[in-house]
Amino acid sequence: MKAGLYFVDGGVACAEGAIYAGCRFFAGYPITPATSIVEQMALRLPQVKGYFVQMEDELASMAAIIGASWSGGKTMTATSGPGFSLMQENLGYAYLTETPVVVVDAQRSGPSTGQATMPGQQDVMQARYGTHGDIAPIAFSPWSVQEMFDFTIHAFNYAEKFRTPTLVMADGEICYMREPLTIPKPGAFPVLNRKRFTKSHPRPEEIFLRYEMPRFGDGHNLLVTGSAHRPNGVRDYTPTFHRATIEWIFKKSQQAGQALYEEKLDLEVSYLDSAESIVVSFGAAARPAYHAVQTAQKNGVNVGFVRLKTLWPFPEAHLRALLKDIQRIFVVEMNMGMMVHEVARIACQADVISIPKVAGEVHDAKEILKAVMEADAA
Amino acid sequence: MNKSENNLGKPQEYYRERYLRNLPTAFCAGCGNGTILNCFVRAVDDLIKDKQLQHQNILSVSGIGCSAWIPSPHFKGDTLHTTHGRAIAFATGAKIMNPKLQVTVFTGDGDGAAIGGNHLIHAARRNIPMTVILVNNLNYGMTGGQSAPTTPLHVQTSTYPKHPETPFDLSQLMLGAGASYVARWTTYYVNEIVATLKEAMIHPGFSFIEIISQCPTYAAQFLTEFQTGLTPEEQEQFRRQPGAWMLKALKGKKTGVTNGHPRYQITLQEKPIDLGVFKQEKRPTLIDYLQELWNNKGDA
Ligand SMILES: Cc1ncc(C[n+]2csc(CCOP(=O)(O)OP(=O)(O)O)c2C)c(N)n1
Ligand code: SF4
Ligand SMILES: [Mg+2]
Repeated sequence: MKAGLYFVDGGVACAEGAIYAGCRFFAGYPITPATSIVEQMALRLPQVKGYFVQMEDELASMAAIIGASWSGGKTMTATSGPGFSLMQENLGYAYLTETPVVVVDAQRSGPSTGQATMPGQQDVMQARYGTHGDIAPIAFSPWSVQEMFDFTIHAFNYAEKFRTPTLVMADGEICYMREPLTIPKPGAFPVLNRKRFTKSHPRPEEIFLRYEMPRFGDGHNLLVTGSAHRPNGVRDYTPTFHRATIEWIFKKSQQAGQALYEEKLDLEVSYLDSAESIVVSFGAAARPAYHAVQTAQKNGVNVGFVRLKTLWPFPEAHLRALLKDIQRIFVVEMNMGMMVHEVARIACQADVISIPKVAGEVHDAKEILKAVMEADAA
Repeated sequence: MNKSENNLGKPQEYYRERYLRNLPTAFCAGCGNGTILNCFVRAVDDLIKDKQLQHQNILSVSGIGCSAWIPSPHFKGDTLHTTHGRAIAFATGAKIMNPKLQVTVFTGDGDGAAIGGNHLIHAARRNIPMTVILVNNLNYGMTGGQSAPTTPLHVQTSTYPKHPETPFDLSQLMLGAGASYVARWTTYYVNEIVATLKEAMIHPGFSFIEIISQCPTYAAQFLTEFQTGLTPEEQEQFRRQPGAWMLKALKGKKTGVTNGHPRYQITLQEKPIDLGVFKQEKRPTLIDYLQELWNNKGDA
């Protein structure tokens, strides 16, 4: 869609963000709440000489976007919990082979088919630990239709910059919801393109442990493998080689964390001055949470608000500094309490109170407010 | 014959220098995988010489298993060594994003027909242009001789004392799934494999070549027909060189000609297995369709 103001659902915004970022290959398998992303990509990609392919399942979708990325394309898939589970093995392949791809998980209430297709935030730990082996993911958490657009572009930018898969951990609520969306003019929103791999770079025979991304068909005789490998791609199980690969994956995530902090993409805060307690939330859950904080403030309760924009790498240092003198931390999320463990880990002296919500519902701001007020009165 | 010569084209050094790397391979002595690699490089060399293929456009994709190690890390060209069963799905993305690539998938009977069977049938149905070489060694070689979907009935594997399932006829499966080029050979028919590969690799659509291959380490006893009535001396030879002896069972009798290629028949457990080129047809590919969509310009 051209630059301008629209009124669309989060799925359409996500797809438009992908097109804006230069995505030219999408492989997917239908699943709600990701359906509107998939259908919008199917509509839009041919218009920009891109490829939309409906695959036979999510294992294939994940595989196809990795293959297409090595052929030089910016690539994406979108799914929901059941499909995200199926993607885990090949997602691990993308981490190990340092392949830029974007995966959108429009989370729904699980486990299993659960309450298809009601929203949830129960996959946030799967994003962190879902594939076997050590990985260090980058996962965004949009809370509005506009952020579905913006964060999808950021996800592409981080994938390209750090040569890694990135995740947009959306949820059903944000995908279904309609809100105003501003699409900027081409060039107005920064879009990073892939660092090309050429023989003139130093270490031309090494295709891994570097940011430049080679591509098939350029005569490099690439050896791309999900086995442990030397930097030149030759399979090699010597501990020093594999250790270097894993450490490099973690180093990139650390650098990404720093970049996210500098770009103010890690978290945002409000009402923090002299707050004694804080509500931490993200994604759809952050909407009622923010509303509750606003109401509490109106009632003279000094409670602050932190919204995580990135779940992984967990904005640990930044959050730790913010939480230094805080007495109580409420963590609002649409699961039985997942990110709350990350918060508790760095919470210093504070009491950490989980405000979970499952069964396909978004919190009511009133129940969050009640919990905050009660704790405040106690 | 000169030491370095062979009856299949140029001296071995020629192929080794141009097309191979990281030798020796890790295959067991007598394994059919080396033969298949040899056939592949000869087909590639001929196609390059005939200007029907450019070396830099060759992409070999493989899954997990001994057969997946045929191109990776040995073929000097782009290779993508993926996860178990998923090679065809990876290849689908790579091919669509860059249709100039000539994509060959190396897969096993477990990789391609068990865990990856779904991708195999759908790639065939979509007619996505790529060549799938399915190395049917009648078992799971890499993990130690377990039952595969192709394992002959009642043989002993490391998971079943008496394998209970009827084997899958993969070429028939591919015909049913709509593959536009389907051939089957055994590793005995090296010239035929080369000739067929040359056709398949430039075939405008999905091509499937099943190669029944010998796994002397785990599946020698499966090809039972030729073992009966062996003299003690022959039995000793068989014990020492099971791969060579398995090849005897993989040699059939000529039954005719189809699609310009000879037909043969081998017998496995008294059942005839046809070899030859079963189908060769042209029909639109998925990539044709996807690119046609570019012309229906909507509101961009
Ligand atoms: C998801 C997954 N499951 C199981 C394995 C273990 N595994 C490795 S190779 C293999 C079987 C390969 O058999 P086949 O495809 O016939 O190849 P061959 O070794 O016989 O050539 C298995 C089960 C794996 N690597 N990944
Ligand atoms: S186990 Fe079988 S298939 Fe694998 S290398 Fe050895 S002989 Fe070949
Ligand atoms: Mg096998």
